[in-house]
Amino acid sequence: MKRVYMDHAAATPVRKQVIEAMLPYFDEDFGNPSAVYDIGSKIREVIEEQRGSVARLIGAESDEIIFTSSGAEANNLAIKGVALAWQKKGKHIIVSAIEHHSVINSARFLERMDFEVTFLPVDKHGLVDPERLSSAITPETILVSIMHANNEIGTIEPISELSAICRERGVIFHTDAVATVGNIPVDVNELDVDLLSISGASLGAPKGIGALYFRDNLRLMPLIHGGIQERGRRGGTENVPGIVGLGKASELAEKELPDKVSRVQELRDLLIAGVHERIEQIRYTGHPEKRLPGHASFCIAAIEGEALLFMLNQEGIYANTGSACASKALKISPVLVAIGIPPDLAQGSIVFTMSSSNNLEEIEYVLEKLPLAVDKLRSLSPVWRRKRAS
Amino acid sequence: MYSETVMDHFSNPRNAGDIADADGIGEVGNPVCGDMMTFYIKVKDDRLIDVKFKTFGCVAAIAVSSMVSEMAKGKTIEEAKAITKKAVAEALKGLPKEKMHCSNLGAKALGEAIKDYEEKKTWKTKICNE
Repeated sequence: MKRVYMDHAAATPVRKQVIEAMLPYFDEDFGNPSAVYDIGSKIREVIEEQRGSVARLIGAESDEIIFTSSGAEANNLAIKGVALAWQKKGKHIIVSAIEHHSVINSARFLERMDFEVTFLPVDKHGLVDPERLSSAITPETILVSIMHANNEIGTIEPISELSAICRERGVIFHTDAVATVGNIPVDVNELDVDLLSISGASLGAPKGIGALYFRDNLRLMPLIHGGIQERGRRGGTENVPGIVGLGKASELAEKELPDKVSRVQELRDLLIAGVHERIEQIRYTGHPEKRLPGHASFCIAAIEGEALLFMLNQEGIYANTGSACASKALKISPVLVAIGIPPDLAQGSIVFTMSSSNNLEEIEYVLEKLPLAVDKLRSLSPVWRRKRAS
Repeated sequence: MYSETVMDHFSNPRNAGDIADADGIGEVGNPVCGDMMTFYIKVKDDRLIDVKFKTFGCVAAIAVSSMVSEMAKGKTIEEAKAITKKAVAEALKGLPKEKMHCSNLGAKALGEAIKDYEEKKTWKTKICNE
């Protein structure tokens, strides 16, 4: 069966070149990088080269990169690591209401440890208001964490504007850039952030590897205590194949980025225009312009997202949803709640995230199958009949 | 995640639609919670000669509705009343644990349709007797 994969925010395939680069580090070059003999020290050098590749992709210095097990760990290390290291200065942190679970739940954990947390609301497009951030900062505030882009609604936040406010007020600024690194240009100096999280899984590297950028030896409490790996900031023998995978994927991403952005943006615009033409009563979610180039998200009235995903799945189309029924907790995506989508409409959420591996033919295929699936579910829906009558 | 039987009923729902001159209509849930089911029944000689449904909801909700309609069609009122959530889940070869309560509303919606039919019948009888 045809397979049209449009859930790149959830996972990306590992590139052939990336797999090839990783392979020797499973058996041939298996040494422990902390060992003093040559097969160990050789690996140490390889790790440092990869650190350089990751740093180059985001305009950082290589000694500003810590390898982690995932984007979620990078977020945990940024939030808890800063809070624990700086708590003598103050115990207030600010995060947006649409952050990833790894940020939200790290903040909630700190609340239980007697920190005060402000969850900043966003507007109907998912944007954080700089003035609102400014007035939320108190003399107790030590950290602000606002994501670079949201992977459910695609909105890109005005990070440099937000970080400037924090810089002026002496507050550390972190951004979760899992959704942006490899999808749009990301430069830590332009964004002027102190910490930035990266995930391998959304960059064409394998799952199980991520990285945290931290500026100029910023003081951080390690979360994994162990040896002096990552200069004492994260214990545990390094995931060498994963690190090589992330390094290679970063190198490829840097080269291919300009071409990728224009290509996926064209596909996305065709998809959005086509969906609007073919399906009535839908709401486009996220910001119309300030959004990820390969990201299209909608709420479709009178149907439920999980059922729609399964129906598309039967046609070989893979997408995502923020519907309550599709989540293990059976709760509507907090992001859709935060941007004010009514709960019944939020049930019909669907998200397509594209990459350069997608093509025009696939967009046409989705535009053929999606309206059929929507029609079928609407024909079953008692709500749809009422909507039309009203 | 879902059994083959669930996927079959989801992909090819039996008895989907409505009955314009239904003898009883039952509705449970609401779209805000994620699931809403409406059942329509046609009764003759104390037997459900037709059962139809409309459902807003996930894969499980649609499959449950379809299965309940199939189980109830042709049954007597008393037999149809005896259809339980558990029996529906078993007929579907199991439902994911988290879906047992929110999506398994079919039997309840059918029960509401029967109740509606019985209330209307009582009312009609009363009018005739007066």
